[in-house]
Amino acid sequence: MITYPFQYKRAGSISEAVALLAEGGKALSGGHSLIPSMKLRLNAPDALVDVGRIAELKGIRLDGNELVIGAGSTHGDIASSGLVQQHVPMFAEGAGHIGDPAVRNRGTIGGSLAHADPSADWPAMVLAADATIVVEGPSGSRSIKATDFFTSMFETALAADELITEVRVPVENGARMTYQKFSQPASRYAIVGCAVVKSADGKVRVAFSGVSDTPFRDTAVEEQLNSGQSATSVASGVSVMSDHYASEEYRRHLANVFLKRALNAVA
Amino acid sequence: MQIQVTVNGKTRKSEVEDRTLLVHYLRDQLHLTGTHVGCDTSSCGACTVHVDGVAVKSCTLLAAQADGCAVTTIEGMAIQDSPTTSQLHPLQEGFKECHGLQCGFCTPGMIMTAADLLKHNPNPSEAEIREALEGNICRCTGYHNIVKAIQWAATHSTKPEPNQQEEPVVADEHLFTNDVTTGEVVETH
Repeated sequence: MITYPFQYKRAGSISEAVALLAEGGKALSGGHSLIPSMKLRLNAPDALVDVGRIAELKGIRLDGNELVIGAGSTHGDIASSGLVQQHVPMFAEGAGHIGDPAVRNRGTIGGSLAHADPSADWPAMVLAADATIVVEGPSGSRSIKATDFFTSMFETALAADELITEVRVPVENGARMTYQKFSQPASRYAIVGCAVVKSADGKVRVAFSGVSDTPFRDTAVEEQLNSGQSATSVASGVSVMSDHYASEEYRRHLANVFLKRALNAVA
Repeated sequence: MQIQVTVNGKTRKSEVEDRTLLVHYLRDQLHLTGTHVGCDTSSCGACTVHVDGVAVKSCTLLAAQADGCAVTTIEGMAIQDSPTTSQLHPLQEGFKECHGLQCGFCTPGMIMTAADLLKHNPNPSEAEIREALEGNICRCTGYHNIVKAIQWAATHSTKPEPNQQEEPVVADEHLFTNDVTTGEVVETH
C-alpha cells in the first residue's frame, strides 16, 4: 500500500513526458524500484509521470558501432534479445539474473539506472561496458558517460526534469565480457557484483556494484591488471559498505573473489 | 481516475485512486480475493497475476498502469465449459494431484508464475521450474511438491492457456452480501 496520495499522469511521447516532468514529480517506468520505495516513503513524489507506454523508449537496435537500448526495455527484453546476446553478451547474462522472472517482466534498464541503487546490477555493467546514457530534458538531449553518471548513493547526474531515453553501448569486436555477482537470496540484488570487459588487445575494464555506496570503475585494479601485475588493490579508493548482509571485511573479500571469477570467465 | 481493465475476460470500468495498487483493486474493488498479498515488497510472488499475458507482481503495479490491459487472476484459470460448470486448469489439477500445497497462501501466485513458464516452455526441466519460481516464496517450504505439480501439469496439459474469452456480463455476480459495494460499475463491452 502506498500511504499517501499522489497524482498519476501518463505520457504518450518523450516530449510529453519532459513537459509533464517540468511540472514536478518523478518518471515511472516499470516501477519496480520506485513503487517499493514509495511504499516505504523513501520516495514521496507528488506526481508520477508514467513513461511505460512510450513506444519511442522501447526497442534495441544497432547504430553503427553502438548497440542502442531503449530506456523502456525491460530486463527480460534485454536478456532475450538476439542483438544483445551477440554484441554485448554480458548485458543479456546480467539482465537474466536480475530479481526474478516477474521483476524482469516489468523492471526497465532506464528505471534502474535513474534509481541508481548501489546494489543494482546495471551500474557495474554500464560502467565496464563504457556505455553512454542519453537523456532528454527541457533544453534538448544530452549524453552522459556512465563514468560521470553515478554521483552518490541513489544520486545521479540526471536532473529532476530529465528523462533517460536510451543507453548506447560501444560494440567491440573480439571483446570478452562477463558480469558475476553474489546475490542477496530473496531480492537477487548484488551484495557484490563485478563486471569485466576485456578488449581484443587484452586490456580490461573493471566495475563494481554493491561494494561501495556509489557504483564505480576500479581504475587502480585496471592499471595493475593492464600492466601485468596481480590485482591486489581491489576497491582501494572507495569506502566499502557494511550492512546486515555483509560486513566491510567480508564484502572486500567477496569483491576479490568475484573479480577473480570474472577474470577467469574472460580469460 | 477511471480505468478500464478486462479481468478474466470481463471488461470493467472502475474509479480508483491514483495510488491504488493493482492487487488492492482486484481484491478490494473486484472482490477477487484469490490473489494474495504476502510481503508487499515484490519478493514473495503471492500476488502474481498476468497482465496482457505476462506474469507480474500485482503489489508492484498501480491499477492505473493496468488501464486498458487484460488481467488474468487465479479465478480466471479454470476453463468454463458451461455457464454453471468449469474444469480446473491442468496446473490446478496438478497441485491437487501432487499435494502441491499445504496452507495454500502462495498457491495462486505459484500457479500464475507456472502458467507463464509453461506458455514459453511447455516441457521445462526441474531446474528450469525451480529457476522460474525464484520470485515465489512458499512459507511451508513445500517446493518439492510444487515442482512436481508443475511437471504433472506439463505432461497433462491439453489447454495451457488461461480462459481469456469474452464472456457475457451477468447483471449481479455477487454471491455474498458483503461482496456488494456501491459505486462499482461493471459494464459490458
